[in-house]
Amino acid sequence: MVKLILKRLLDLAIVLLGVSVLVFLMIRLIPGDAAQVMLGASGDAGEEQVRQLREKLGLNDALVVQYGRWMGAMAQGDFGVSIWTGKPVIEDIWQRIGVTAELTFLSLLLAVLLSIPAGALMAYFRGSISDVVMRVVTITGVTMPSFWLGALLIFGWAAWFPGWQTLGSIPSLTEDPWAHLQRMFLPTLTCALPVIASLARIMRSAMIDALGQDYIRTARSKGLGEWTVTFKHALRNSLIPYVTALGIMAGYLFSGAIVVEQVYAIPGLGRLMLGAIADRNYPLIQTSILVVTCAFVVINAIIDLLYRVIDKRAGVAA
Amino acid sequence: MKIQRWMQGVGSDFVRNPILMLALTLVLLQVLASVFANVISPYDPVEQAVEARMAPPSSEFLLGTDKLGRDVLSRILHGYRSSLGIAFSAVLVALLLGGSLGIWAGYKGGWVDRLVMRFADVLFAFPIILLAIGVIAILGTNTTSTVVAIAVVYAPIFARLMRAPTLVLRSADYVHAARSFGAGDLRIIVHHIMPNLMSVILVQASLSLSTAILLEASLSFLGIGAQPPAPSLGRMLSEGREYMFMAPWASLFSGLAILLASLGFNLLGDGLRDRLDPRLRGID
Repeated sequence: MVKLILKRLLDLAIVLLGVSVLVFLMIRLIPGDAAQVMLGASGDAGEEQVRQLREKLGLNDALVVQYGRWMGAMAQGDFGVSIWTGKPVIEDIWQRIGVTAELTFLSLLLAVLLSIPAGALMAYFRGSISDVVMRVVTITGVTMPSFWLGALLIFGWAAWFPGWQTLGSIPSLTEDPWAHLQRMFLPTLTCALPVIASLARIMRSAMIDALGQDYIRTARSKGLGEWTVTFKHALRNSLIPYVTALGIMAGYLFSGAIVVEQVYAIPGLGRLMLGAIADRNYPLIQTSILVVTCAFVVINAIIDLLYRVIDKRAGVAA
Repeated sequence: MKIQRWMQGVGSDFVRNPILMLALTLVLLQVLASVFANVISPYDPVEQAVEARMAPPSSEFLLGTDKLGRDVLSRILHGYRSSLGIAFSAVLVALLLGGSLGIWAGYKGGWVDRLVMRFADVLFAFPIILLAIGVIAILGTNTTSTVVAIAVVYAPIFARLMRAPTLVLRSADYVHAARSFGAGDLRIIVHHIMPNLMSVILVQASLSLSTAILLEASLSFLGIGAQPPAPSLGRMLSEGREYMFMAPWASLFSGLAILLASLGFNLLGDGLRDRLDPRLRGID
């Protein structure tokens, strides 16, 4: 067990190192002079200005030195400053990431709440008709452009529920939780719907797989009903592949949230990053990508480890 | 000879399987529409009929016109050309780069394998949209950078996919036999390993095209894909939202076009997987 945990931690360290190197190289991969490109957004930049920015970003030193300095600064909480305002980028990111994280979390929650029973029911009623329904629903879910779904939902909701506030400013969760959740409901639904289908499908295959195992035969031979066998014994053992898939889906949901934010005019990380691309504010883009990706990698690793520690059998199987 | 027989097998299956037929029809129609967009479009996609702004669908404008009086159908046909073109190029680049790296990794094993797969792991760690945004931030917002951004997302998928079967095949008896007859690495890969990967490649390429079309549409919806005047389904949808309540058809039909494009390739990939990979048939 200890060996397994150490191996996982090593994997984690290597992936984090790789992510940081790639994100670091971002500015250095810009074709031409990065400082020139960054200042280009504001029109004509003087030679002196370009030289100063290059100096400030430390682009003149050897790559290894630059990387070391960058990592060292981050270890002390310095994630760089906006090239336009001089404000630390991490402040902007903190301010905006909350609502994106909330949207990702709410849609993950909704997806889990709906996909587990849906997948389990589909496994219980497995057979030709339910399989066809599942296939159609899954494929529609996977191929549905979320921004289109969002636009349609806004359109439809306005016709059916004119009282709902689907756009505009977001009421604070602490001051008016009901209005807040009402405002977040459609975005959450839009993000979650395409993922529910995939997750339900994974749950269903995992359940059918579990239902074929020996202990299920034992449970059945004890005289337990099919319902109990499916929902008590098989369900619990299907959660391992499901949780693994959940990590990947969380990444999808986050990507979806960035797009869906635009549909529902939510001032989250997506809007901040799109603005940063237009302004060529590279430190902001770099730090956003780094922070979010590392958060995902670490959270996934923790869930994975916890699961293996709790369920020793899964640990051995891996 | 082998390929011919394989094609016949697939061919007869298309006739027997209605979903596969539907998928193939959808895909073919859309590919034809995008290739012949400027022949079959009733109007110039940028021509503005000032007197017919936001005109509803009619015999004159089959899918209506947008805010500037441009024909929605003509714009969708040209949008197909751009979207499918970008998705095709990106998946092709991803397949060539990622696929060959994966085959190389699986065939060589050892540190080459570890290095390539670690790199794939690192790319996998990024949420898709952030990877794409990163590439676009580096290369700027234009068609080429959209292609590169999507290719970077899909290359590690192809690398992983090609590696696993290569790993098994490289120690197959007939590969040992070929080697003992003096066949070089390249010959073994091209003649003895690649033919076995064709069905996996075909299925994954089709499924990847389906999601690549969506990713391209998302990026142009966000305004960081192909820039005007290049037509784009995602941007049409985005622009149409401004006047969704007055003229919903612009957004409605461009979204439907994206859905149908993605759906066609997804059904095709799904159907091909059932047909070509007997191990998966009936399980999922």
